[in-house]
Amino acid sequence: MEKVIYPLFYFLIFPGFLFTGIVGLLASWVDRKVTARVQWRVGPPWYQPLADILKLLGKETIVPAGPRATFFLLAPVLGLVGVTLVSTVVWVLNLNPGSSFVGDLVVVLYLLALPPLAVIIGGAASKNPLGALGAAREMKLVLGYELPFLIAVFTVVVKVGSILFGDILNFQEFNGIMLRHPSGILAFVVAIVCSQAKLTLIPFDIPEAEQEIMSGPYVEYSGAPLAIFKLTRAMMLFALPVFLITVFWGGLHFSGWNLLWTILKYVALLVVIVVVRNTNPRLRIDQAIRFLWGPVTAVAILGMILAVVGL
Amino acid sequence: MALKTWPLKKSPWIFHLSTGSCNNCDIELLDCLTPRFDVERFGILLIGSVRHADALVVTGALTRQCVPRVKECYDQMPKPGLVIAVGQCACTSCIFRDSYNIVGPIDKIIPVNVYIPGCPPKPEAMISAIVKALGTL
Ligand code: SF4
Repeated sequence: MEKVIYPLFYFLIFPGFLFTGIVGLLASWVDRKVTARVQWRVGPPWYQPLADILKLLGKETIVPAGPRATFFLLAPVLGLVGVTLVSTVVWVLNLNPGSSFVGDLVVVLYLLALPPLAVIIGGAASKNPLGALGAAREMKLVLGYELPFLIAVFTVVVKVGSILFGDILNFQEFNGIMLRHPSGILAFVVAIVCSQAKLTLIPFDIPEAEQEIMSGPYVEYSGAPLAIFKLTRAMMLFALPVFLITVFWGGLHFSGWNLLWTILKYVALLVVIVVVRNTNPRLRIDQAIRFLWGPVTAVAILGMILAVVGL
Repeated sequence: MALKTWPLKKSPWIFHLSTGSCNNCDIELLDCLTPRFDVERFGILLIGSVRHADALVVTGALTRQCVPRVKECYDQMPKPGLVIAVGQCACTSCIFRDSYNIVGPIDKIIPVNVYIPGCPPKPEAMISAIVKALGTL
């Protein structure tokens, strides 16, 4: 019985769906509020993302005549499940590093690829030219950022000499966080750039470019599926920085002052992401790929070389 | 019931549909998004796809070319949704009413919830009208 109840609790309430959802919505409010303040506006009240989600849930869900209804409606759920699992696995391993299992890092990396995949499936299934265009751009963007992102994460694996989350956390516990090592710093910078692309925020919001392709893959979505997509994006805004903190920045600790420190780490990453989003123009897709495969990958490889020689 | 109407009042997303306006109303509408008026305070966002919209903001005198498009857009908007006619043109056809190419006010084609007269209406007038319209939900 316990074998069923604990995972279900982890998955649905803490640290899975409910917890990640609430913190993610708050994070997306911070994002919108800071954006508004940067543009000298007042910005929305704190419950705004929640109101958006509830409103979309209450609205009519239109399945247009063209698309394949199954894929069209299942795609958002796929993304939501992916991001919930990422959050659950990363948090459970942080709370209890001993429960690490072989290949957990690889599992999380695969799960992190699910939300973009869901966007691609949804956009392509919607049979709208703009949706298809958005899906194609998302696909190119995924190709662009996965390479440097994987190199950056595996720099840590090389440095630690193990592919277990638990070992990475223990290593940082005893040898200092990854950011103390030159290779770790380079990998961390690369990972931040790639997570900006993973979150499809400016300058990498090319797939949904509101002003040119009308929110791209989401163009035909309405009502509940759109709400799930929005929620997935909000949850990614929480799950991805937590993943970065775990791998590069010593993980999450909850005793005494460490709790404050953990929160500060997350807020710092969030602020970096929001500030980058607000101070950059959108790239074209070819510029983005050139940037991600050029300088970013070069820095990632440099970090990898440093890790191999032991720095 | 409150669970359904509260979010609707707090986060109306508007879709902007021009049916042959002189562009002045459209500019005044965009004015609402600027720092001076900032309608995001009320959760109002201008969105690009009519499928996400809660309110269709129609400007312009409704030319013959636009009629099928307006109908299509209205059908594509998920319900419940409001229709807001902005500007004297959209409300009454204004000075263009005798033109050969004008079909008539918007409410000839689709049901309208709020009329905002003015040529063009002030941003304050639009914000107050939208807030009043949300009150009727
Ligand atoms: S109401 Fe006046 S400002 Fe608005 S579209 Fe008509 S003519 Fe232009």
